[in-house]
Amino acid sequence: MQPPAEHVHWLFATGFLLLGLLLLAEAVVGREVWRLRPWRAYLWPSLLFALGVLMWPVMVFFTNSTIHMLAHSSWAQVMMLAGAAELGLVSGKLRNELWRLAVPLAFAVSGAAFLIHEANPWLYSRSAFVHHLCGWTLLVGALFPLGAAFKPRSLVFNTGYALVVVAVAITLYTSRDVAPVFGHLSPAAGVAHR
Amino acid sequence: MTQYATELTRIRFRSARALTVLALGPVTMLAGVGWAFLQPWRVTLLHPHGQGFWWLVVEPPLLVVAAGLVFALLAPAIVRDLEEAGGR
Repeated sequence: MQPPAEHVHWLFATGFLLLGLLLLAEAVVGREVWRLRPWRAYLWPSLLFALGVLMWPVMVFFTNSTIHMLAHSSWAQVMMLAGAAELGLVSGKLRNELWRLAVPLAFAVSGAAFLIHEANPWLYSRSAFVHHLCGWTLLVGALFPLGAAFKPRSLVFNTGYALVVVAVAITLYTSRDVAPVFGHLSPAAGVAHR
Repeated sequence: MTQYATELTRIRFRSARALTVLALGPVTMLAGVGWAFLQPWRVTLLHPHGQGFWWLVVEPPLLVVAAGLVFALLAPAIVRDLEEAGGR
């Protein structure tokens, strides 16, 4: 009953797509309007936390290698940390604005984990390409939540932050277990399927 | 610029933001539908015979539509709050 790896990527892509849409809407209307309804303020931090929790079963069931397990568990931890920090800030239980740095930290750790646990080069297969692209998108994209942590009302930083999440979602949707990328597929990767 | 013209400019600016929020859901759903047309084999409900459990449950174009739908349900309240808070 274990889903193929590509299906897991697509499910997480959906979670990230919804997260990106929520962040984008908050960036457009502004934090003050977004938080006019208290439940809405908790929406995307809760989703981020939930995505972190859901990463634990991935760590447990997808044990291709030790580095895979370490990457998945580090994702789970940093996403839960980022979600929890934002929940704490929204509820007022955390007052220090430096907790906002948890999100760029999550981006950077996730990006590094993507790159470290992908042993193959970019054009080895679609999956390898997706992992490299997600890794660099998150690493470079971490600058947006980092900027937003210091300038919370910046439209550029907040929109960029949201769009990075949407970009990662789109990239994850393109993931396939064995498929070519730009016509390249290593013979060692296996037989391509639709 | 008269007070009336200033008000009109402000209203138009708010409407652009409101329209953006209102458009996010439908645009996302449209992207999912477009994807289903471009890669119909990704929607296994169209040809379910012989498909496994996960292939029937996880259908990426439909997931994109679902994400857009969920957001579209939230958007009207966001826009209402945006318009009510217009003076702030």
